[in-house]
Amino acid sequence: MEYLILILAGILFATAIYNILQKQLLRIIIGTVLLSHGAHLVILTMGKLKRGQPPILDDSVTSYTDPLPQALILTSIVISFGITSLLLVLSYRAANENKTDNMDEMRGESNE
Amino acid sequence: MSNLAILPIIIPMLAGIIVAFTNKNVKVSRFLTKLFSIISLIVVSYVTFEVFTNGSIILETGDWVAPYGIILVADELSIILVLTTNIIAATTAFYAAHSLSLKQETHYYYTFFFMLIAGVSGAFLTGDLFNLFVFFEVLLMASYALIVLGGDKVQLRESVKYVLINLFSSMLFVTAVALLYGVVGTVNMAQIAERVAEVEQRGILTTIGILLFFVFGTKAALFPLYYWLPRPYIVPNPVVSALFGALLTKVGIYSILRVFSLIFIHKMEITHEAFIWIAGLSMIFGVIGALSTNNIKLTIAYNIIPAIGYIIMGIGIFNQDALSGAIYYLVHDMIIKSALFLLVGVIAYVAGTSDLRKMKGLIHHYPLLGWLLFIAAFVLAGIPPFSGFIGKLQLLKGAAAADEIAIIIIGLLSSLLILYSVMKIFIRGFWGEKDEQNNYTKKAPLGTIIPIVCLLAVSVFLGVGAEFVYPSVEGIAEYLLDPEIYIDSVLKE
Repeated sequence: MEYLILILAGILFATAIYNILQKQLLRIIIGTVLLSHGAHLVILTMGKLKRGQPPILDDSVTSYTDPLPQALILTSIVISFGITSLLLVLSYRAANENKTDNMDEMRGESNE
Repeated sequence: MSNLAILPIIIPMLAGIIVAFTNKNVKVSRFLTKLFSIISLIVVSYVTFEVFTNGSIILETGDWVAPYGIILVADELSIILVLTTNIIAATTAFYAAHSLSLKQETHYYYTFFFMLIAGVSGAFLTGDLFNLFVFFEVLLMASYALIVLGGDKVQLRESVKYVLINLFSSMLFVTAVALLYGVVGTVNMAQIAERVAEVEQRGILTTIGILLFFVFGTKAALFPLYYWLPRPYIVPNPVVSALFGALLTKVGIYSILRVFSLIFIHKMEITHEAFIWIAGLSMIFGVIGALSTNNIKLTIAYNIIPAIGYIIMGIGIFNQDALSGAIYYLVHDMIIKSALFLLVGVIAYVAGTSDLRKMKGLIHHYPLLGWLLFIAAFVLAGIPPFSGFIGKLQLLKGAAAADEIAIIIIGLLSSLLILYSVMKIFIRGFWGEKDEQNNYTKKAPLGTIIPIVCLLAVSVFLGVGAEFVYPSVEGIAEYLLDPEIYIDSVLKE
């Protein structure tokens, strides 16, 4: 199961990087979204994937789920959610002001 | 007592929330900003005093014992950087009102400013790798807002690139932390260090270390990851540029210093040897960038890169002299970079352009600005007796002890070129005959000059009063060379 999820994360990373290397702004943003999904899957897998076990550490409990990766994921999801929404607004404004959403044309000249 | 460690984070954060409510009334928020930044500076000075007299302050939040809970570690290295951050924050707080437009001030500049300071202080103080990520995000979020404040065409364009590169490296950071957690089963830096030492840093751990180096190297703008840096740093208001140039890349370099002096120290022939090469290339390419442009703001922005090169060189060589040199240079560079960005901001304002080719004979109109730039160039390049000299001398002494002759030559040559790149602004912009066509009627407001003079005074003091400061820096280097001290103080075994 862990291997399957890690391969899935790898595919997400690959598609993300392919999208980030495109010229169109919206596709780049979709790439970053996929990238954060891949990263979150990696965090989840690092705590071992188990079902139906309580996240507690106690002498009487022999089998338990690691709660830490889930806490980390939650933090990370909130952060990437916030940044993605900011990035969407930012690129909408940037594309409107610069009258292009092509990264090649957003290079700029010296001495502005 | 241990609660002192959280004050450098809490005070700016509260201040940021309070000034958010007074955004309509600019006079009140200006006053509150100055007040809070002074309070914060005083409190941090007291905490620094405590740390240097009684040793590291460790706060276990919510009384959760060290490896399980979130901890904040105010040791000598982090507190000295927090103090420098607060000095810069206080001076820029006084500069801000004269430089920002009313629109920028009412659009929550002061709130984001305090959030940036809170994030930077948090990143310096945390003792937990995942929290380092969180504080990175706090300071980056504030910086995203600051860079786009004003909403010019150029700003929007550059900020998209800035956000993208930082988002990418943040996601790599999370992945690296997750992988490290998968291998060693903890995110507490002291415990990671302990466990990595136990298995003598197996191959996979070195790989994760290099992944982390890649992440921090992107934030710190090292060769070959510096390409994103110069342009986004020059588009916002000078006061924002000063904060960015002084603080953001330095948080990245601090993280490298912390992680590669505490955790990944068992395969130095791979990691630290590479640092020295990267340092040399950063210096060369950074200085070439600085010489290649006629935009005075871009010159200063490019000068960040060789400075980072010097610090990473100290980390790479990793002996007593080199490390104390690197720490000294780090503090020196934070202060002088903010001073230079503020100074160049004023020059561009009075000259009406940041294009060097359109300036001539400014010294006839603004003698004070000219001489300040002259001193700043000397401080930056490390002419004795200024502060850059002490740091560089120690770095080169360390390099000589480690027989790294190539890096000494590159270091000396690039500091000469750094001097030339800033002197070029002085020679071509300030010297020469009076420009008859341009009257330069704009006055440089006194409120912008005083903060620059204060920062330069601190810089000069770091150089002239080195005897007073240097022993404590040497102590920090000794402390970094022995990771056991950090581990023991956090885990209390």
